[in-house]
Amino acid sequence: MSASRADRRVVIIGSGPAGLTAALYSARANLAPLLVEGLEAGGQLMLTTMVENWPGFRDGIMGPDLMTEMRAQAERFGTEIMQGNVTRVDLQHRPFTIEFAGGDRVTTEALIISTGASAKWLEIGSDRKLSGHGVSTCATCDGYFFRGKPIAVIGGGDSAMEEAIYLTKFASKVSVVHRRDTLRASKIMQDKAMANPKIEFIWDSEVAEVKDSGKGEVAGIIVRNLKTGHLSELPLDGVFIAIGHTPNTSLFAGQIELDANGYIKTNSGSRTSVPGVFAAGDVQDHIYRQAITAAGSGCMAALDAERYLEGLHDIDASAVATAHAS
Amino acid sequence: MASEKVKTFTDSNFDDEKKSGVVLVDFWAEWCGPCRRLAPTVDALATEFDGRATVAKLNVDENPTIPERYAVRGIPTLLLFKEGELTETIVGLRGKEDIAKMIERHLGAGDVRVAR
Repeated sequence: MSASRADRRVVIIGSGPAGLTAALYSARANLAPLLVEGLEAGGQLMLTTMVENWPGFRDGIMGPDLMTEMRAQAERFGTEIMQGNVTRVDLQHRPFTIEFAGGDRVTTEALIISTGASAKWLEIGSDRKLSGHGVSTCATCDGYFFRGKPIAVIGGGDSAMEEAIYLTKFASKVSVVHRRDTLRASKIMQDKAMANPKIEFIWDSEVAEVKDSGKGEVAGIIVRNLKTGHLSELPLDGVFIAIGHTPNTSLFAGQIELDANGYIKTNSGSRTSVPGVFAAGDVQDHIYRQAITAAGSGCMAALDAERYLEGLHDIDASAVATAHAS
Repeated sequence: MASEKVKTFTDSNFDDEKKSGVVLVDFWAEWCGPCRRLAPTVDALATEFDGRATVAKLNVDENPTIPERYAVRGIPTLLLFKEGELTETIVGLRGKEDIAKMIERHLGAGDVRVAR
């Protein structure tokens, strides 16, 4: 009975492809979902330019435009979209409680977590300090400021290659610093990067320090060769970090089961260790991490939540029937 | 779609516009996804602080000089000026409550005294 007193049937946290697809399906199932956008509204696609692997757009579609469409589509069927951030959740009591930055609260019978993942920093201190002054995790946001200047991209995966290639539009030279002597990136991205005359590779190396010019701007990096231990200094104006992502799960730690890397553990579809709590998208997927797989898992979470809610009300109804019978 | 309460700063009017009171300037560009995300927050702040603080936007594409002066190399960046002096910098996205608190802090004591 307590569960039926909730403010909401379903609340969705996160507004990337997973969250918005979950919202679309929940809305069409008449569950009148509330979707909390979060600080990084629209998710990682808001940081991209042309998306060429979203089916249905043969010429590609701009990431931010795709998200604007998805949002409008979710709203069209009755999703209530709320700006702002969740600061605390209580998943131990039912209905679940969600608390917002302003102190407001909402209770819900089912929760879909699609908070995604955020770019990792180097964790050497000097990178964070110079964020916005030469150190960036978003090439499409900040590449513009480095016209005609030498820069570095840190990382060896697909996103590092994508950023490096994109940044050659602005930078005079792009040095890719990678910990190994081979790239993790897909063959097609590797070939593209290797063929680009503006890109050079610094293998087996990591960034030991980002140098401050003394005026609060990046002056260069100190690179440590991991095989020889040798340190060398590379003067440059910008450092773009593309060493992967961390799942945004700190809100849920201790309340639902996470794996060793902080990703939410799901089983039989989108179910988490707490019945009634579902997870979709990059917050529970460190393998595929595509817009289309995120959207697909968002759909799964919505269908799983719908089924869960039906079951909940069957139980409520039978409880009422039993009560009446006695 | 920007609220009319948000002022538009340029390379040429910047120094004049920011010289008195508490002034929040949002450095942005059309092509910047996170800037689009921050835009509604900046609009809301302009309404919230209407008459108490100035909230403005500066397009970095059209106005390269001011971003260069403050070493802005990433957007969105929010700079807060008090009586013309740079007092706070926020790089990247931040919630409305956080930014509002920062503005309040600088409106603080001085305003109360004037009110008395």
